[in-house]
Amino acid sequence: MTTSYGPAAVWTVILLAGIATYAIRLSFIHLFGRIEGVPPALERALTFVPPAVLAALVAPDFVPASATLGALADPTIGGGATAVVAAWYTEDVLWTVAAGMAGLHVARFLL
Amino acid sequence: MDTRLADFSAGVRDTLPLLLGIVPFALVAGVAGVESGLTPLQTVGMSVFIFAGASQLAAMDLLGRDAALGVVVLTAVVINLRMMMYSASIAPHFRALSTRVRAGCAYLLTDQAYALAIARYTDEDEDVRKPFYYLGVGATLWVVWQAGTVVGVVFGAGVPDAWRLEFAVPLVFLALLVPVLSSRPRIVAGLVAAAVAVLAAGLPFNAGLIVGAVVGVVAGIGAKRLGLAAGGGA
Repeated sequence: MTTSYGPAAVWTVILLAGIATYAIRLSFIHLFGRIEGVPPALERALTFVPPAVLAALVAPDFVPASATLGALADPTIGGGATAVVAAWYTEDVLWTVAAGMAGLHVARFLL
Repeated sequence: MDTRLADFSAGVRDTLPLLLGIVPFALVAGVAGVESGLTPLQTVGMSVFIFAGASQLAAMDLLGRDAALGVVVLTAVVINLRMMMYSASIAPHFRALSTRVRAGCAYLLTDQAYALAIARYTDEDEDVRKPFYYLGVGATLWVVWQAGTVVGVVFGAGVPDAWRLEFAVPLVFLALLVPVLSSRPRIVAGLVAAAVAVLAAGLPFNAGLIVGAVVGVVAGIGAKRLGLAAGGGA
């Protein structure tokens, strides 16, 4: 899937996301002294950001297009399942990606 | 003078084992840029300006799907919001530094730089609260991240489609997701976010992702509060 956006749009995204990310990083490093720390309610919310965002990001990639039993034989599901097992035991990006790619290609070969 | 160099080198040394995880991640970021139709310069530009892997992959993934530009930026921002916690946590250690040095330190703030530096700063006394250890970590990560992205761009352009390398993007997200599902409220947040994102996948501009993430965070907070209410009687 390649983008149909032109260079101006892509660079705008890169710059805006870059500036916003930098502002997040700088926020308390800069403000410290004026504010005591992160408000507890915000801190509580922030701890749920990684699981929620990553799950929302990844889930649609592994949902079969049709809700039939046969759709579960999609090789991406094989690859995803292998990756989840690897992630669970190793907690390592390298092993997870390697296992997932291997799972995908083995599933493609078998199915 | 000597201790500065020693602190910097210690930072570099402590970062080396982490590179085993960073290098493939950087390669994927380079490959994914090519796969989603970005130019090599745009892909490397992302690594320089954003310098945060998961958000870069998400932005490229969404650009490849022609999501609304606002959703792309918002998604990258939401993914990087966790850095606000790092910023607050490490700020006291940077207090004595000049504004300019603090600005530079903020640019290098990543999961790994934070984790290593905070461990060392809380482990040792005031004396090592200089930025040099942190800068050793941050500079190493930065150089490797940029170099890895460039190699990924070059490599990605020559890879046959049959290898399905673009599949590495969701795999990286899975690798990051599984370890953060470390408590029941976090699992609830993840499951609810996943379910809502799937149900809302048809929303225009890929807004289902944002909706799923927000509902997931709220669900996590709710689950934690219920857990406290049930077990907090004592």
